Amino acid sequence: MLDAMIYALPFLLEGLWITVVVSILTVSISLVAGLALGCALVYGPLPLRLLVRIFSDTIRGIPILVLIFFVYYGFPAIGIDFDSFWAAVTALTLFKTAQVIEYVRGAVASIPRGQSEAAMAIGLTFSERLVSVIFPQALRRFLPPWINGVTDAVKGSALVSLLGVTDLMYAINQVIGRTYEAMPLYVLGAVIYFVINFSLSTLSRRLERRFSFVQA
Amino acid sequence: MGYSLNFSVVWRNFDKLWGGLVLSLELAVVSLAIGVVIGLVLAVVHVSGGRFTRMAIAVYVEAFRNTPLILLVYLVFYGLPQVVDLRYDATTSFVATLSVYAGAYLVEVFRSGLEAIPRGQIDAGRAIGLTPAQRLFHVRLPAMIRITLPALSNTFISLFKDTSVASVIAVPELTWGAQWINLNTFRIVEAYLMATAMYLATGYVMLFSLRLVERRFRVGRNA
Repeated sequence: MLDAMIYALPFLLEGLWITVVVSILTVSISLVAGLALGCALVYGPLPLRLLVRIFSDTIRGIPILVLIFFVYYGFPAIGIDFDSFWAAVTALTLFKTAQVIEYVRGAVASIPRGQSEAAMAIGLTFSERLVSVIFPQALRRFLPPWINGVTDAVKGSALVSLLGVTDLMYAINQVIGRTYEAMPLYVLGAVIYFVINFSLSTLSRRLERRFSFVQA
Repeated sequence: MGYSLNFSVVWRNFDKLWGGLVLSLELAVVSLAIGVVIGLVLAVVHVSGGRFTRMAIAVYVEAFRNTPLILLVYLVFYGLPQVVDLRYDATTSFVATLSVYAGAYLVEVFRSGLEAIPRGQIDAGRAIGLTPAQRLFHVRLPAMIRITLPALSNTFISLFKDTSVASVIAVPELTWGAQWINLNTFRIVEAYLMATAMYLATGYVMLFSLRLVERRFRVGRNA
């Protein structure tokens, strides 16, 4: 059992690298897009709010797996062509963006109205209110669920193996295809995923406790 | 480009998608039911148990919550039969996996629900002379179910979406149905458009009906 694990390790590390790259791309692109769209959902004009709401509700209503296939096979038919790696990143990013939008909405909604009314009363402009009153407080509400959501991105990235992207999950299956020793490899893979995600969720919980003095 | 949509083959094979949707729902319902049992039992044990049992439950919860579902599905279907002498088909294997996966999420849901019950209700139960078992079944569990109902319906909907992962071990659910149509007709865009629409429609029907149930049982209605 140990032999199989040692044999597999270099292959798995290569796969792990792709998993990390996919996760980082997904998380960072979706953070930017989600923050922008999230603000649009809270402060934008009605048509824009409606569009963002429809986007978020639709994306979150589809299984990630279906979304991945849809982007990979469906987008080329309407003229957007990309390889499996970017199709996977696009699909995961779309899904994650929808989640970030909801985190932003929840975080901003948790700030009591009195805060922005008080800021208005002392004569701050809209952008000043956002930058110096709302966002600093909302950040504490946003950060814990967002970091916890990063574990979803890492877990979701395992699905890109189905498009033939050689991530950790794919590497595991490749090695099993050669050695036929499934159990040790799956256990090893589970441990690797666990270590990454458990550290992230522990960090999230710690931040949550750290910020728990903020009362809504 | 020059791709024009043609849904006729999808309609001709619609039974694959419809049967898939029904199976997806069944997988979600059965897994939720087993998951609820696992979650309830472990939550009660956790709240009343000692340090060691709490530790063991935490290990289970963290292990399953921090591993990709697809890996667990592979592990149970391809890996486990290599070490234990058990034979099972793909559907059974997936239901087992998803149930244990759901259980890990539901333990946390029920545990926080049990801890959220106002102290006074349990004290009141004690004051009128209920035994610990009576307090559990007549006071704590009913109160907890009401508190956790919204989280429970969210879990149900995400389990329904998670059933799509069963397609990787060829369980003929909705995503597999779309793949089947693709492999046999090459009408992939249409197949996935239809499957997506079916997931969305079913998800929203579930969401709205569960919200109605939640409203009916809302905490504090006259509690």
